[in-house]
This record gives sequence, structure tokens and C-alpha cells, in this order.
Amino acid sequence: MNEISPARLSSGELAENFSDAHPRLNPQQALVASDRCYFCYDAPCVKACPTSIDIPSFIRKISTGNLVGSASDILEANIMGGMCSRVCPTEILCEDACVRNLNEHAPVDIGALQRFATDHLFEAGIQLFERKAPTGRKVAVVGGGPAGLSCAHALAVEGHDVTVFEAREKLGGLNEYGIAAYKVPNNFAQREVDYILAVGGITVKTGLALGKDIQLADLRRDFDAVFLGLGLGAVRSLGIGDESLKGVEPAVDFIARLRQADDLAAIPVGARVIVIGGGNTAIDAATQAKKLGADEVTLVYRRGAENMSATTVEQDWAKTNGVRIRYWSKPVAIESAGGAVTGMVFERSDTGARFTLAADMVLTAIGQVLAPPSLGAGDVLEMTASGRFAVDDNQATSLAGVYAGGDCVGNGKDLTVAAVEDGKIAARAIHARLTA
Amino acid sequence: MADIRGNFAGIKSPNPFWLASAPPTDKYINCRRAYEAGWGGVVWKTLGEDPPVVNVSSRYGAWHDGNRRLMGLNNIELITDRPLDINLQEIKQLKSEFPDRALIVSLMVPCEEESWKRILPLVEATGADGIELNFGCPHGMSERGMGAAVGQVPEYVEMVTRWCKQHSRMPVIVKLTPNITNVLNPARAAVKGGADAVSLINTINSIMGINLDVMAPEPVVDGKGTHGGYCGPAVKPIALNMVAEIARTADTRHIPISGIGGITTWRDAVEFMVLGAGNVQVCTAAMTYGFRIVEEMIDGLSQFMDQRGFATLDDFRGMAIPNVTDWNQLNLKYVSKARINQDLCIQCGRCHIACEDTSHQAITAEKDGKRFFEVVDSECVGCNLCAHVCPVPECITMVQTDAGTEYQNWTSHPNNPMRVAAE
Repeated sequence: MNEISPARLSSGELAENFSDAHPRLNPQQALVASDRCYFCYDAPCVKACPTSIDIPSFIRKISTGNLVGSASDILEANIMGGMCSRVCPTEILCEDACVRNLNEHAPVDIGALQRFATDHLFEAGIQLFERKAPTGRKVAVVGGGPAGLSCAHALAVEGHDVTVFEAREKLGGLNEYGIAAYKVPNNFAQREVDYILAVGGITVKTGLALGKDIQLADLRRDFDAVFLGLGLGAVRSLGIGDESLKGVEPAVDFIARLRQADDLAAIPVGARVIVIGGGNTAIDAATQAKKLGADEVTLVYRRGAENMSATTVEQDWAKTNGVRIRYWSKPVAIESAGGAVTGMVFERSDTGARFTLAADMVLTAIGQVLAPPSLGAGDVLEMTASGRFAVDDNQATSLAGVYAGGDCVGNGKDLTVAAVEDGKIAARAIHARLTA
Repeated sequence: MADIRGNFAGIKSPNPFWLASAPPTDKYINCRRAYEAGWGGVVWKTLGEDPPVVNVSSRYGAWHDGNRRLMGLNNIELITDRPLDINLQEIKQLKSEFPDRALIVSLMVPCEEESWKRILPLVEATGADGIELNFGCPHGMSERGMGAAVGQVPEYVEMVTRWCKQHSRMPVIVKLTPNITNVLNPARAAVKGGADAVSLINTINSIMGINLDVMAPEPVVDGKGTHGGYCGPAVKPIALNMVAEIARTADTRHIPISGIGGITTWRDAVEFMVLGAGNVQVCTAAMTYGFRIVEEMIDGLSQFMDQRGFATLDDFRGMAIPNVTDWNQLNLKYVSKARINQDLCIQCGRCHIACEDTSHQAITAEKDGKRFFEVVDSECVGCNLCAHVCPVPECITMVQTDAGTEYQNWTSHPNNPMRVAAE
């Protein structure tokens, strides 16, 4: 009795459930929040930001009514400051470092303030960046996610001609395909992409995958430098049975389908949903399944709450939205009938006791891995032990003129903000190389 | 239980908290609400000669902190814009209904004896307890030779005070303007003229801010603005100093002082009283929060007196005056250094950068490669800036480091080349 079906809730309920999870501060809230910033010396929050945004400065500018200057502080350091204000786990980054935590356990609302400033800029339609005179040098950026777009933007500003090759139909990477809808409503990911492209000098070619439709050797021949921001194209499998059963699929596919839907009522979801994993993908999939109208959503993780890569804030968010989380439980078998999943058997990692959860939908989110593209003969990209591209401090790979950044080189945290920084560093190195 | 009844220049009130002459005391209904809320006295908004003035719209400018707390207010409203007769009738009715409360009438008429002779009996007939001479308003009326235009000329202050004492049996309180170079000059004039008391400060001449859209001062009246009277929490330090000057100077120290200027809490009131004020007058705080704030003032004052063992207001009035001195009497041998309580420090680094950029490079930012803020005693001059910029109360304190056995001031210290000139 597989009960996967669309339109479990009315369109009104769905609209409510998928509206802005954390609406923008109003001007008075922003003023009060900005007034809490102490304007610290050598501020710890700045050091905690992977892109080193001058946080005290942008907050001070909000408090003085200089919102364009504030947004400029943000976007000069992080071109995706708008997205990061929505998706950064600030509780483990800038806000964790805020000195207000020591006495009050309540940091300055840095993420919300960052959104306040950047939203103002985008809505006012102010283009902060001006492209320098064209240099005639050409750079290929493979992958239109945060790392690639960050790199492309910085190089375009310097006057280089950039071509972005993207395998999917739209730019944005996980911002567009891999993040819960309520974090980025109103098509924000594409609005941000549009802002980035508006600087000029960036040609976009979608539907082209490296190793299939385009070859690294050709790019190296036709361009002065190449940046690889491929992301992680493959998902780990559970390895405990038939994952091609009806109702079993990777959580990233479920999230992408949801994000690309014109009508949320058209997205089928199970009555009883199991999500396997402990990261943000698991949280986003589980919470969205619940918000689509699933009766029961259980997120099952093999270790404890503190081991999850999803932060406590994210876990609480899922629980608040009705997701049940079972810790210390690993899947051992998938149960099915008639080619469709009916449940899963788990084993407690502490007691070894087994339990079964009935389910008509199982979403797996136990990690993504780099799907290395096939390279031409003779081109060898050195890899790390964890199977990602090895790069140096300048994001340079083992191939001359080829740089990489984002999740495909990541250390496992796979944060948008870290990808943006990778792209920024690579662009600086590429620019230096092209102008040497 | 502390006795907080006031007797100011012979005027009795159940507590020392009066509402100052200002917009809140312009009408019967407001003043009745004030008495009902518990205010000990009211100084009725300034009366003038008929025909009454016409006021403008808008009338206030404001300075807010980041949490939109009203730190300063500025006012361009003139004296009462209602007919004299109506005001007098209402004063009479109010006094008859609240005989135990102080009711003072503020006055401002032209600097001619006849004008004062005319109005004084009318006020006396209301049964009011006294009058306050408005020699202070810096805006509008001063352009007609009244208000601050009188208060800034000691001879006029003395002359008008004398007329009022001559032509009335009521106690006369002279309200002083801060818009002068030395408040002692008009205070002495009031004493010479026979004043029963002084009240201070009136509002400070000010432009509150400029509206950058219309390029005119706030509040903007049809595209233009003017200077007005500044009041509220921000002016308290200026008022405290002027009160202290009068209270510690030989030829003015005996005159009762009604303290005015930014008083918002019981603590503010006590600070004025330990500097010699016999009572206090409040306006901006009431305009910000409503009359009910007097409850906290009364309760806080009573608690303070009980905790410190003061039975009456006179028990602590003026207690801080002996400790207000001239700079040249300060002990140059006293040395204090800043101490940072590392258990309270939240590592914001503001003490460091304040000292590093603007003072004496006496606070480190790092220790053993880690963020750490610590005072370098050899560089610290004990200025106290770090303690004030620190966001955590009591985190940075000043600790005496000299032996406490030596005293040398400016006039005696051998290293001071000015010691002779200073004598």
C-alpha cells in the first residue's frame, strides 16, 4: 500500500508552508539589531567568516542608514552575500564568534542584518560593480554554482572574458537545485545569478557537461585558464539492498524536483517518509516532506546529534516542523512489496536492537561524492585521499592553468560561503597569472 | 519608612517631585492627571499677557539612541497660547481640589514694572503657592525681549525679581537660563533681588538636527526651522554642574535650588539633591513615558533613604557639595590604574583600540599568540577611558596604586610651572 501522492495539502497551506522561513527584518528591527554590534577591534566574527566580510563595518553602515555602503562591504568580500545571508550556518560561523555570546548567549543577528542590506541593494537595482576594460584574455569556468560564479564574476570585473559551462539548465548550482525552498523563496537564486551576470563579460553555456559535451583538453587549448567548480555529481548509496525500488530515491533529487516545480501541489510525497542522513540535505528533505503534507517523517542518523553535520539550529528547525529524529540507528535492510518500498529495518548502534519503520518513501542523504570527469589522455588531475581534486593555497590543481574550488575540492563541510571564497581566491590567482 | 515630604522655600509638597513648567502643565486636565498620578507639585506652564501667543506646528525635535530611546528633546513651543483668564480659572480650581500639592505659576511678561504689577495680584488670587519667573526660554519670546533675553542680563534679573517681591506676598522662584557663560552672575542677581529660590536649568539653546531632505533644522515648520530649547537626559550633566556651582559658592549657597535638567529616575533626582537641590522638576521623562513614572521616583527615593538610613530629605541634601572642588585642589599624587577582570571580559577589544588609537597604548591585544586584553601599568595614566568604552559593567575598574599618603595639588606640586600663576 504505497501511498505516495501529490496535493496532500491545499495550495493555501502549501504556500504558507513554503513561504520565507525567516522573513527579512523590518527597518526598526534592523536598527535595534545593528545597535547591538560592539564594533569590536579585530572582530572575531570577521575571522570566523570564510569570506572575511567586514561585519562590524557593514553593520555600522546599517545603523547610520547607509545601506548601499553596507551591501558594498558585503558583496565586495562575498558576491553571494545575499544567498549566504539565507543559507550560512551562522550559528557555527560569524554568530558563534560574536562576543555577545559570552554574557548574553545572544549574538548580534549578523545573518539577518546581512540579508537586510543585500535585499535593499537588489531591490533598489543598484549595480555596484563595474567591469574594467577588456583584457582579451579568456577563462573557462566549468560549473555555474557558487564557486564558479564567484570566480567568473571576479575575473569579469578584471576585464577578462569568461565563459561559464554548466551541465544543468540553470546556473546557481545547489543554490538553485539543492536548498530547501523556504530558505530562498521568490526565485532568489536566479535573481542573484542575474545580478552577478549583469556586470558583463560572462558568456553562459548550459547543458554542457565536462567529459561528455566538453573536454578539458579543449578548454585548456582554447582558454588562457580553466576553473573547475563541478560540485559533487554522485550520491552515496546505502549498500543494503535495492535502491531502485519505487519510493526510494536520493534526497537531492527530491529537493531539486521540489525547487523546480511550478506547482508544489504537483509534487508527490509519501504518507510515511524516512530520510537517512545527518547533513543539511537530510534536514531540508525531511522538513520539506513534512511541509508537503507527509503524515510522518522520520530522519534516521547512525550517530548522535552532536555528530551531525547539520547544526543544532537546523535539527531544531526540523523538529519544530514536525520531523522526528532517531539518532544512533543505522539502516540494515529495505522491506518491499510488489516492487515498492514498505519499510526499513534499523539497528541501534549502542544496543544492537533492531526496529522497523514502515514507509512508502525513503530519501537517502548519506553524502555526495565527486564524479570525476573523464579527462583526455595524458591529463592527470591529482586527487585527495577523500576523492576530491587536490589544490594548493591558490586553488591551483596539478595541471598548469587549471584551478578548482567549491565542493569538488572541499574539506567536507561543503558550505556555499566556502565555495565563494574558493572562487574568489582562484580568480585572484588566475588574474595574477594572466597579467604577469 | 523615609519621610519624603518636601518644604521648598516654604512651599510644602508630599514629595519633592514637581512637574516643570512646560507643555505638560498647560491645562487643568493635564495637571489634574499629574496630581492623580502622584506628583508632589506642578509648575503651571508660563502665563503671559493677553492676547495669547500663537504656537507653530511641529514643535519638537529629538535625538534618539539606536534603540530609539529619547536621549534629548528640543522644543520651540512658546508660553501658553490660551487666554490668561482661562488659565487663572483653571489654576484656582485645581488648587482648591488638591490643596496638599504644590502649585506654582510660571510667569513671563514684558520687562516693565506695570506689566508685573498687573499680573501678580491675578495669580495671587488663585491661591497658588508661588511664582516662578521664566527668565530662560531661549526661543521665540527672547526675540521680544523676554525669557532668556532677561535671564542673560543680571541687572534685569535683579530688577524684575525685586518688583515681584514688592508687589506680591508669594514666594518667588527665579528660573535660570543655562545660555550664559557663568551661571553665578544671574544667580547672584536673583539673590540680590530678594528671590526666595532659584530653579535651573531652563532649556539649552540648540539646533536639534538638520533634515537633509529639505535642508532645514528639525522640527521643520513649512520648510524652515529655528533654534529651540534642549532638554532631556542628555542635558543632565550641564544642569548638575550649574547646580553645584551655585550650591558651593559663598554668596549663593544659601538660596534654595530646585533642580531641573534631564531627571528621569530617582537616582537622577538624588544626584541633584546631594548637590544641594531641595527638590527637582521633571518634564521630558513625563513626556516620554507619561505621568506614572513618578511612582518609580517616589519608591526609588524611599528605598534609597531607608537603605542608607536617611529619615528626611534634609538628611542627605548637599552631602556631595564638599567633594565638588576646583581642579587645582585635586591630588596630583593620587594614582589609579585600569584593571580588566578577565572573568568578565568578552574580548570585544574596544578598550584596546580606544587606548591604542586615542590614548596611551597601554592595553595589549594579544598574549601568547591569543586574543587577550591586559593593562600595561607602566603606560597606563589612569585616564579611565577604557572603563567607559567597555560594554560590560564593572569589567574594567580603576584601582588606586599609590600609597595614599601624599597630597600635592596644582598649587604645590614642584613639577608644575603654573603653580605660581594658579594661586
